[in-house]
Amino acid sequence: MAHDKKHSVWVQGLSIGYGTKVVASKIDFSLAEGELCAVIGVNGAGKSTLLRTLCRLQSKISGNIFMMDHPLESPTAAQLAKILSVVLTEQPASKNLRVQELIALGRQPYTNWVGSLTPSDKILVQDSLKAFLLEELRHQKCHELSDGQLQRVFIARAMAQDTPIIVLDEPTTHLDLYHKVQILKMMQQLAHQNKKTILFTTHEIDLAIQLCDKILILDGRENPFGTPEELIQQKHFEHLFPSEMVEFDEKTGSFKVKK
Amino acid sequence: MGQSRSYTFSFLLLGVALLLSLLLNISSGSVTIPFSSIISALSGGSLEVESWNYIIWNFRIPKALTAILVGGGLSLSGLLMQTLFRNPLAGPFVLGISSGASLGAALLLMGFALLPGMSILGFVNDISVAIAASIGSFLVLLVVMLVANRIKDTMALLIIGLMFGSITSALVSVMAYFTSAENLQRFIFWSFGSIGNLSGNQVALLGSIVGIGLVLSILSMKQLNAFLLGDNYARSLGISIKKSRLLIITATGILAGGITSFAGPIAFVGLAVPHLTRQIFDTMEHRVLIPAVFLYGAILMLLCDLIAQLPNSASVLPINAITSLVGGPMVIWLLVRKRKMLF
Repeated sequence: MAHDKKHSVWVQGLSIGYGTKVVASKIDFSLAEGELCAVIGVNGAGKSTLLRTLCRLQSKISGNIFMMDHPLESPTAAQLAKILSVVLTEQPASKNLRVQELIALGRQPYTNWVGSLTPSDKILVQDSLKAFLLEELRHQKCHELSDGQLQRVFIARAMAQDTPIIVLDEPTTHLDLYHKVQILKMMQQLAHQNKKTILFTTHEIDLAIQLCDKILILDGRENPFGTPEELIQQKHFEHLFPSEMVEFDEKTGSFKVKK
Repeated sequence: MGQSRSYTFSFLLLGVALLLSLLLNISSGSVTIPFSSIISALSGGSLEVESWNYIIWNFRIPKALTAILVGGGLSLSGLLMQTLFRNPLAGPFVLGISSGASLGAALLLMGFALLPGMSILGFVNDISVAIAASIGSFLVLLVVMLVANRIKDTMALLIIGLMFGSITSALVSVMAYFTSAENLQRFIFWSFGSIGNLSGNQVALLGSIVGIGLVLSILSMKQLNAFLLGDNYARSLGISIKKSRLLIITATGILAGGITSFAGPIAFVGLAVPHLTRQIFDTMEHRVLIPAVFLYGAILMLLCDLIAQLPNSASVLPINAITSLVGGPMVIWLLVRKRKMLF
């Protein structure tokens, strides 16, 4: 894989884990501007560990990570906040925050020491509210929102942070099918229209196949990466789960329970 | 944060309330002074009774200023703790800072007397007790800060603070068991809390301590807002968690430790006032909450002091009892009304 200028995220020979305990290794992939990429794999395959490593919430074991052509280790925390924004699985510490207040916190890397918003900050907050259909909820408090609404608020906050790269940890868990599709479509729109590089972990393999530009499969062996079509052709989904329980249907791009 | 609503009116209201409770506080006491004389004394006029002037300027005004500094400062430290520990029940007591102050005072008032051949009568006075209490609270603060640097989990830190509180109060109990009745009485009186016997110089010193705490709080406003999302989100916004935590803990320690050493352990203000303030200022924005909580705490303390001095009587009730009697039911009422306590 050549180190190309167009790559927003470039990961090479990465090993991740805790201390000396390797969770996953030999991870190689690269994402261009405006690409939506899903990270899939069975529980414990290292999806969240990979995400935490990419956000610098934990350190890598070996290998290289480049974000916008800089090694992930080089920017300061304040500089990294302008390159990468995150959506984590954790709830906000204060459920008393209002939707608009929470989204506006995304502007912190750009505001002065007291955190006052400039007119252009306010425009970005408005745009984020609009893009995620939150205008009517703007004065609601977080504890009044449904899971799907709260998830939209957090993605809108990441959008307001206005970074070229956004990573999300399981943004669709706990949601029903309709809201899963809604969130993923909004993420796709954000990637394609606003030219954001978006990487997220998920268990929704069939939805990822339909909506994502790229997929990274953490299978504990060679960690294949490519477009959904390539991965289907190379029969990588077949080996994801033990074949006596479920089988992959190439035509529909979904899994079926074996009778 | 993106707050479109303006709080000018609410701040105006608090300002007027502060002024009124200040006047009310100054005009009441064991000696009855007509309200008109209070006004003329405050505006620099001369009074018909010379002793009134003395009482107002040397006793009532220092006490009112102390009430403002103590109430505002303790409430502010409570706000900082609640945000830092993401816990609506956090307050200056939870970190063990107040218990540290108690331990310092107890060691001076009761501990030294247990050593053979030591007489404490020579060096026990208000100032030495204040110094001992400050040393105690700062020692506990120092240990908490060292632990905070090692432990990443704020919940664990909170529990460690509680444990420090238990250990120090156990030590105090042991000393209380062995000490003489006279020394125990001194300690009990200190632990009642008092805002009435500070000299002008001491009030100025307390003022500068609270001032430093206030400045540090203002410097950490942006970080405090980021902490509302949780540590990991704050970090992703470019906030240095360790540095900000240290700054906020130091601010709390200076506020709570300094105030407790001068005024004794005053309960409930730090815990209750942030919640009461959020009833009027319905926001989590610290740029609004910091001044609002300070003003609200000052007002509440002035009013508690007003109750404590039992208008038209010569006796003064312990301020610690009053703040608990007023603060306790308020928190219960809030909980019952809102069913759950959010911060």
